[in-house]
Amino acid sequence: MIKYRSRFEGSWADPKTMHILPTGEWRFQRPITKAEKCCQCGWCYIFCPTSSIENRGTYFAANLDYCKGCSICAQVCPVDAIVMVREEV
Amino acid sequence: MPKIRAETRVLEGNAAVAYGATLCRPDVIAAFPITPATSVLENLYRFSADGLLDAEMIEAEGENSALSAVMGASAAGARTFTATSSMGLAFMFDAYLAAPGSRLPVVMPLAMREQPWPMVLAAGTSDANTVKDGGWIQIYVESCQEILDSIIMAYRLAEDTDILLPVNVCYLGFYLSYLSQRVEIPAQEEVDAFLAPLKKMKRVRLCLEEPLTFPAEIAPGDPVFAEYRYKHCAALQRAKQKWDEIDREFEAAFGRSYGGQIEEYRTEDAEIILVTMESTTGTARVVIDSKRNEGLKVGLIKVRMFRPFPRERLVEALSGKKAIGVIDRHVSFGWNCGHCFIELKSLLSDLRTPLPLVGFIDGMGGADITTEHIERAVDIINAAAQGKPAKETTWLALE
Repeated sequence: MIKYRSRFEGSWADPKTMHILPTGEWRFQRPITKAEKCCQCGWCYIFCPTSSIENRGTYFAANLDYCKGCSICAQVCPVDAIVMVREEV
Repeated sequence: MPKIRAETRVLEGNAAVAYGATLCRPDVIAAFPITPATSVLENLYRFSADGLLDAEMIEAEGENSALSAVMGASAAGARTFTATSSMGLAFMFDAYLAAPGSRLPVVMPLAMREQPWPMVLAAGTSDANTVKDGGWIQIYVESCQEILDSIIMAYRLAEDTDILLPVNVCYLGFYLSYLSQRVEIPAQEEVDAFLAPLKKMKRVRLCLEEPLTFPAEIAPGDPVFAEYRYKHCAALQRAKQKWDEIDREFEAAFGRSYGGQIEEYRTEDAEIILVTMESTTGTARVVIDSKRNEGLKVGLIKVRMFRPFPRERLVEALSGKKAIGVIDRHVSFGWNCGHCFIELKSLLSDLRTPLPLVGFIDGMGGADITTEHIERAVDIINAAAQGKPAKETTWLALE
């Protein structure tokens, strides 16, 4: 008896199921949000290619389990609230 | 908006493709010209310029982009169309495999041409045959009228939410793409009515109201990958019966029928059967008639649906016969026999009684499969039916 787990016929998924690979392991630099500078425009949230930016209520910051460290969020931030910091082993 | 007139015209195969596609009102067309499919695009652009075709026309920079563009549009719910051949098909190969895996109902006719090398610009089925296991539905057609009609039927099959798979309508390049034949162009209202059931079906699509991830990557080892493959196979199996039903509906609406998965000709009391695909069938019919006049009880089966393979219909049609022969235009490398031959060989054990099967390779590189060749093939099948030893594969043009 075949049991289906997905409601889809092919490579479709609910948006949150993007978060299945721990892509954060690939990162060599991490984004750090200075919460007090964040103006909550949400650009980082919109531009993040892996949907890793979370809305933390008063500021936005990356979920480091999935963030690949691409730095797009830091590039698009209009108030320079995000800085990229090198990962240290 | 002006529309295509319902009339009887003399059309080339590629024009029949364009008429068929236009009557189905595609939303997005993206393609790149390649011989012998180029005049499909020329006709479509003419229709677009004349206001007969209200589709977004994307001039792609290559076939890979062309198929990728229509896949994106298809994922957003659009009715999509593209066409290609040979080298163009090779150049879109990764997208070709992605389309069925994503369950996108793209309709893409293939003007079948030899896949070089050796370099030749000529008819052959090696392009379509080689990708038969890519997960698409493949329909092989014989005439310009059958091209037009099969494109309309292909949309009914592809976009049906029980199926949701891309479809190749495969017709022989050069011979059929440039052959002029009498074609009845159906009325737009009739085609609209025939495709109307699809409007009621709600397929998964990209939209802002209900965001989805597409294409969704699967984590290594996740069994959902096997689940999608299983569902894909199940949809292909459903497509067989669905195609027969669509053919019957088409006959009721337009008065023309092609038998669905297979078309039989004088098979009822036949003792031996010749199997063909694509436009070789027209020549084969002439030979069947002349052999019948000589008293030989021979029948003909045209395999229209090659993927999925019409196993049940063929077992039904072949059971009780004395011998089968099949003409292939391409060889399966490593087997020294044709692709359809291998498929038929696979179902021999399903037949009620064992019977000999002989294969013929012919018509490669644009060479004619002549009546003389087919007569020889029928004689070899007949000898096999008498119990005489027969070679597994005969290369008709070389012997």
